[in-house]
Amino acid sequence: MRFSDQFEKRFAEMLTHYPTKRSVLVPTLLYAQDEIGFLSDEVISELAGRLELTELEVRNVISYYSMLTTRPRGKYNVQVCTNIACLLRGGDELFEHCENKFGVKHKGTTADGLFSLEEVECIGACSWAPAVQVNYDFHENLTTEKLDQVLDQYKRETQ
Amino acid sequence: MADLVSHPDEVRVVSRRFGQRATNLDRYLELDGYKAVQKALAMQPDAIVNEIKNSGLRGRGGAGFNTGMKWSFVPKQSAKPKYVLCNGDESEPGTCKDRLIFEHDPHAVIEGTVIAGLAVGSHTGYIYIRGEYRYLLEIMQKAIADAYARGFLGKNIFGSGYDFDVYWHGGAGAYEVGEESALMESLEGKRGIPRIRPPFPAVVGLWGGPTVINNAETLASVPHILLGGADWFANLGPPKNGGTRLFCLSGHLKRPGVYELPMGYNLKKMIYDVGGGIPGGRKLKAVVPGGSSTPLLTPDEIDVPMDFDSMMKAGSMLGSGGVVVLDDTTCMVKFALRIMKFYQHESCGWCIPCREGTDWLKKTLIRFHSGGGLKKDIDNILYLSQNMLGRTFCPLGDAAAMPTISIVKKFRQEFEDHLEGQPCAFEKESNIEKLPVFA
Repeated sequence: MRFSDQFEKRFAEMLTHYPTKRSVLVPTLLYAQDEIGFLSDEVISELAGRLELTELEVRNVISYYSMLTTRPRGKYNVQVCTNIACLLRGGDELFEHCENKFGVKHKGTTADGLFSLEEVECIGACSWAPAVQVNYDFHENLTTEKLDQVLDQYKRETQ
Repeated sequence: MADLVSHPDEVRVVSRRFGQRATNLDRYLELDGYKAVQKALAMQPDAIVNEIKNSGLRGRGGAGFNTGMKWSFVPKQSAKPKYVLCNGDESEPGTCKDRLIFEHDPHAVIEGTVIAGLAVGSHTGYIYIRGEYRYLLEIMQKAIADAYARGFLGKNIFGSGYDFDVYWHGGAGAYEVGEESALMESLEGKRGIPRIRPPFPAVVGLWGGPTVINNAETLASVPHILLGGADWFANLGPPKNGGTRLFCLSGHLKRPGVYELPMGYNLKKMIYDVGGGIPGGRKLKAVVPGGSSTPLLTPDEIDVPMDFDSMMKAGSMLGSGGVVVLDDTTCMVKFALRIMKFYQHESCGWCIPCREGTDWLKKTLIRFHSGGGLKKDIDNILYLSQNMLGRTFCPLGDAAAMPTISIVKKFRQEFEDHLEGQPCAFEKESNIEKLPVFA
């Protein structure tokens, strides 16, 4: 199991920030997921070993946090907010548009593995609603046309 | 990233450095940065606490507790290390203000954290930022590293002989973690489940040590108070409600955005003047005044000052500053359902009234919205909601119940209209999930 040098450097540094090893767990899981794509059995076993936790303890934490996943996802995770501020400005329409465009439902992934779709709770873009987060990038004040342009741009980047 | 807005009525305190490139440390210093902490280093801890107490600063996360008072609960002597924890897990629907603070003025949060540490005799601070805000975590990581490089953090800060470390911490998606005790659990590497209180975090917090937990906006206000004085800050707002507030205007408005207005600013003026009113010639139907957990107000209830005490008197809460405006095309049943869907998703499951209550309420509201509601369900919704109030370890149960009760009471007719197969008058077909088998 190999992570990047940057991951290892950050991990070693973080361990010095807290009185207990376990405290690095939540941010470390997210950084590991960013590198590997999802929290595989191998990642879970590796981090459990490093932090002197059981795999069950690690899985217990993973299952609580909505950004963490033990299943592979598409290269771009399209997270459409439909919470109240986005709902009032067309969040549902954006989500439906994505369902049709990708031919997948909530938490589904396109056949080419490029896009995953997720309906998410408030992402803190209320004053710029409706908003979508693609991986960590915010896209705001969207319409279905603008969202298409955004998604096409991601698609082009991979070609 | 996020667009900035402005209005002549704004009083810029916390947002003073927005758009000023203050993420750059030298620029921050030019804009009076790190002056307050140096002032604090020359003050007695009690004097700092009193200054904040007298400023009338109250918790910007939503609870509105007097910040100086909170600090004063931390015991002077402690066998275990004391901690300062900045809550940047902003996730209350309708709220997007801490995001701008981290984006434009990260050093102000660091500076406020250090000052809180000096006031309570702590040597370690943590700044917790929600997982979705990765770009802000990166801004904060750089800001902290820059401050260390200048000797503003670490050993012997500013040559004072006082040691203070500040560390960043990232979340991974959980509304519940914004609750103070769940926040500590999360920072300790666990599921974000609330702790029973007492003991309060000020006495037994992170790893059992006394811990001060403040919202990012609260801590970002602290340096300004030390420089401007408690009286100046207190006088910006009505009595006992010092300072300004970052109000996040969203929903059916012509000019949504985050505006910094004096505490006590009139809500009606905020909607029609600052926010530009409602587009398309439509009419106001309701307002969520302080994030999704606060009881909604109707158009005849909005001529009120937006401060903690006035909003309480108006039967709602100032909350986290998220003002969501609903026009007359909004289906209130659907709105209530969307709120409940959120709380059901975010309930950590620890307390039964919240776990079961949010789930049953969601199911009942789905049935209502899809036209299959029963008349007795209207009162059932109220009954279930009222039974959640005050019966959970943390306020998430209350947060789900309060807006629901207000919507049912104030818009009962809309629930009646949805009864017995009546389609929703506001849309041809619901695109919220259809009712599953549920007798």
